[in-house]
Amino acid sequence: MAEAVAAPTAAGRQLPLLISIFLVAACGLAYELIAGALASYLLGDSVTQFSTVIGAYLFAMGIGSWLSRHVRRDLIGTFVRIEIAVGALGGFTAAALFLAFAAHAGPFRILLYAAVLVVGVLVGLEIPLVMRILRREVAFSDLVARVLSFDYLGALAVSLLFPLLLAPHLGLVRSGLLFGLVNALVALWGLHIFRLELAGRRLLQGAAFAAVALLGAGFAGAGHLTTLAEGWLYADDIIHAETTPYQRIVVTRWRDDIRLFLNQNLQFSSTDEYRYHEALVHPGLATLPGARRVLVLGGGDGLAVREILKYPQIEAVTLVDLDPAMTGLFSRAPLLRQLNGDALHSPKLTVVNADAGRWLEENSEYYDFIVADFPDPTAYAIGKLYSTAFYRLVDKHLAAHGRLVVQTTSPFYARRSFWTVAATLEAAGLRTAAYHALVPSFGEWGFILAGHDDYAPPMRYEVPLRFLTAAMTPALFQFPADMARIDMEPNRLNDQSLVRTFEQEWRHVQHQ
Amino acid sequence: MVTRRRFLTATAGMATVAAAPMIACRRESGTPLPPGTLAGSDAALGHRLREGGIPEPAETRRTPVLIVGGGIGGLSAAWQLQRAGLPDFILLELEAAPGGNARWGENAVSAYPLGAHYLPLPTAEATDVRALLADLGALKGDPQAARPEYDETWLCHAPHERVYLDGFWEEGLLPKLGASRGERAEFARFHDAMAEFKVARDLFGRRAFALPVVASSRDARWRALDGITMADWLIGHDYRSPRLHAYVDYACRDDYGTDYRQTSAWAGIHYFACRNGEAANAASDTVLTAPEGNGWIVRRLAARMESQIRYGAAVFRLAQDRAGVSADVWLEAERRSVRYRAEQLIWAAPLFLLPKLATGLPPAVAAVCAAGTYAPWLVANLTLREPPAPGAGAPLAWDNVLFDAPGLGYVMATHQQLRLAPGPTVMTYYRALADRPPAEARQLLLDTSREAWAAAILDELSRAHRELPQLTARLDVYRHGHAMIRPLPGVVGDEARAALARGWGRVRFAHADLSGLSLFEEANYRGVAAARAALTALGRA
Ligand SMILES: Cc1cc2nc3c(=O)[nH]c(=O)nc-3n(C[C@H](O)[C@H](O)[C@H](O)COP(=O)(O)OP(=O)(O)OC[C@H]3O[C@@H](n4cnc5c(N)ncnc54)[C@H](O)[C@@H]3O)c2cc1C
Repeated sequence: MAEAVAAPTAAGRQLPLLISIFLVAACGLAYELIAGALASYLLGDSVTQFSTVIGAYLFAMGIGSWLSRHVRRDLIGTFVRIEIAVGALGGFTAAALFLAFAAHAGPFRILLYAAVLVVGVLVGLEIPLVMRILRREVAFSDLVARVLSFDYLGALAVSLLFPLLLAPHLGLVRSGLLFGLVNALVALWGLHIFRLELAGRRLLQGAAFAAVALLGAGFAGAGHLTTLAEGWLYADDIIHAETTPYQRIVVTRWRDDIRLFLNQNLQFSSTDEYRYHEALVHPGLATLPGARRVLVLGGGDGLAVREILKYPQIEAVTLVDLDPAMTGLFSRAPLLRQLNGDALHSPKLTVVNADAGRWLEENSEYYDFIVADFPDPTAYAIGKLYSTAFYRLVDKHLAAHGRLVVQTTSPFYARRSFWTVAATLEAAGLRTAAYHALVPSFGEWGFILAGHDDYAPPMRYEVPLRFLTAAMTPALFQFPADMARIDMEPNRLNDQSLVRTFEQEWRHVQHQ
Repeated sequence: MVTRRRFLTATAGMATVAAAPMIACRRESGTPLPPGTLAGSDAALGHRLREGGIPEPAETRRTPVLIVGGGIGGLSAAWQLQRAGLPDFILLELEAAPGGNARWGENAVSAYPLGAHYLPLPTAEATDVRALLADLGALKGDPQAARPEYDETWLCHAPHERVYLDGFWEEGLLPKLGASRGERAEFARFHDAMAEFKVARDLFGRRAFALPVVASSRDARWRALDGITMADWLIGHDYRSPRLHAYVDYACRDDYGTDYRQTSAWAGIHYFACRNGEAANAASDTVLTAPEGNGWIVRRLAARMESQIRYGAAVFRLAQDRAGVSADVWLEAERRSVRYRAEQLIWAAPLFLLPKLATGLPPAVAAVCAAGTYAPWLVANLTLREPPAPGAGAPLAWDNVLFDAPGLGYVMATHQQLRLAPGPTVMTYYRALADRPPAEARQLLLDTSREAWAAAILDELSRAHRELPQLTARLDVYRHGHAMIRPLPGVVGDEARAALARGWGRVRFAHADLSGLSLFEEANYRGVAAARAALTALGRA
């Protein structure tokens, strides 16, 4: 009876083995690409992500192929076990990392590299093992050429499929699961081909089927997974969400707390935004009793304008914000209008939806007070608005004794970035006065006043305020040791050091 | 044992090549080609010159100094004359606009280059370039300072460059992702070797690879490199990495329009080793650029001498006698020919034209002029409704290179703008036709329709930007038939070519061709040197 179900001959196994090399190679490269793409997607647009992930992966593969020498017995069984493990781990890596990121579960970077290393080691083990299995069947020189060409073809296939088809159509999570399935199926296939030579086949078969089932279920449910993750990213009810040509605007509400997110970054929480906006506007504007004309760059939520309009002598405020959707939303939605005191409907206000840089280049008016309330310098495009060239341009619009205030990220979390902005303003020929205030939902936040005159804090505030007092203001200009000034190079357009510094500092914070 | 890493790397290059035809098929059914124009160095006038039948001059005009050619060489010569207090010259330019290889175009969206697009921070030896930049207000303080301050307007904004391979963009021009440890070791070794060449000096303190080339050491150690090709140099020094080879080939095609298997090793190394300029306010690898490329310099120089430039002026005959030198010129604006008589003539047009136009040219001079071979180039400007999606990896940079592609990538004309929002932009695509002999390549350049070029360019760039055909509102193609002299082995070191610096009687030569390398610094140096020689001859120095 045993003869009737004879195993394939040695020659008959060669082709299946070569095909599995093709598949295994394809999967190996796919995990590498997926991990790299996921890291740069979640952690930012930096090439560092990609380089470090690929570097770690290659390193792990090296360890894998070194380890393979220590596999002495049961080559086939080991190969099958590895395939099951690669399939399950590699397949679920993208999904798990995505969820972990959304849930803020643990230090994301450590999880990322742990996953990359484990999968990399396993993948590194694969080819040398198949090579040794094959070596029992063919002459060596011939073997190398064949393995080479099949591995090569597998990698070629993925390097074409991934950017053209898989990443755009399936997404990273589904692509990962798909390749996991392929690995698990290769395991099953191997079990079939070598069914007569394997001890403990049942157990392995069970494991392989379980892996296929799990991965299949994951693939089917991937959509839910993504929704789940988005839900975790925003813990509260989303009351408005909109994707404009410039950004993704999300407004959430939980009880009395309204929050604005731009591209997933918190812009304000209504519970303490008054602290931020009072600190942004009044230390500067209260020292300019003669101010009549004010310019706000960014700040389409109208909250800074609300503070400015508290001064009756202000005759005209110009608000330049890129995104009409932002200024539209904050001049329409009742809840948000309540928040900004209907500032965007003030007859003193002119709203311009334009690019700040272009608008400054094309207009020649002067202002007594200018507020630069831009998002943090997370990308090169925004980094331009924190450069020597930009501040020189702003300076051209500053009236004789006018002042500029710049929202300047956190001097605590991003100390080097904060002082880089100070150095940049100074390199542009302005005198600076840096200060900070505690905004609970942000942490310790920083601002810098700049102008051509020396600055002294106001003796009193003539307008109603909830946070600032004249007595405490001088203390805001004192920096404790852990935020004290450090010597930084200015941010110039030709190197945009600020964007890189900022990225390093905030990454460090996020993954502490 | 063959490692997995090697497989991955080997596959990397193949993948992009294989991807191209796939996309090409897809396009055929897809978007219609965007409209645009086909233009180039004035072929019609050139033909007219070669075929004869131009009317004889009807009138003789006089000027102390006549400059032929309004490229960087001719304009630099004119600038030097003005600086020296001899504003009395006439400059004849064949085209309707100045600049030659540094010409530019302009539309409602942006100005954009039609040729040369950047100038690296000038080296210590490039004293005239420094003086010129100071004069134009781009360099502040002492122009010859070790680390001068440059006006930020012209310093290329970050990010400068990125390279595309297998679906991902990386910073820099040499892709390192997926390269094996062995390849990376070679990259490092190559980098170190170039760094050594960069600081190498001879007993007289001259740099091995200086810019302008005349300032370089004549030591046989380095001059011998002009006897072999760059590819042979790499192989001889045991560089095996396919990526490194492709990268060096890219450099040779980018700077000289010449395949690295034909470029002299001296010239190839010069690309990596000559630039040592520094700035007080920028990293040393920063370049000066503008939306119109080097056209920003041309524009400013030409504006200072507008009344002395004759455009559409084709010199078709050159002769000299004891009393002076004369150039017969077809003036397109007047639709007739005139003769210019001058005491000194500065020839700032390509050298290959001379044997055809000049009577009495000494055979040795004629031989050098005829010996040069010229690489044809293609420049295309794609006006886009919005910038392309940045893609995975490094963000959109000023210079964006598709590794392993026939073209040299593209630069973004609006990169220097202080803009947050994406808006319409112009992308300038470059391609040197270096894959076949120049004459054949030139024929291909002239025989290929704009539509065919447009389709090929969109296919090539679509590998990295799938949406590009939909984004492109127009695609204008500009052809440079004789774009730049090719530094084949023996060209740069040719003593007979060097001897042209002495001029021919009352004629001074002021084209980058004299150097055998077509670079801004060379054209500028040759122009200024020719003007100095002319001034000396006039007793005005
Ligand atoms: C596509 C391209 C990109 C380049 N990019 C760079 C770069 O980024 N950086 C760099 O340093 N270099 C670059 N170069 C090299 C460039 O050639 C040099 O920088 C420099 O512009 C050469 O100047 P030139 O004056 O020597 O020559 P040309 O620019 O060739 O000037 C010669 C002039 O003479 C005129 N002329 C010709 N015949 C006649 C005639 N019979 N009568 C009257 N006038 C005539 C021509 O119209 C032309 O204007 C590039 C070249 C090309 C083609």
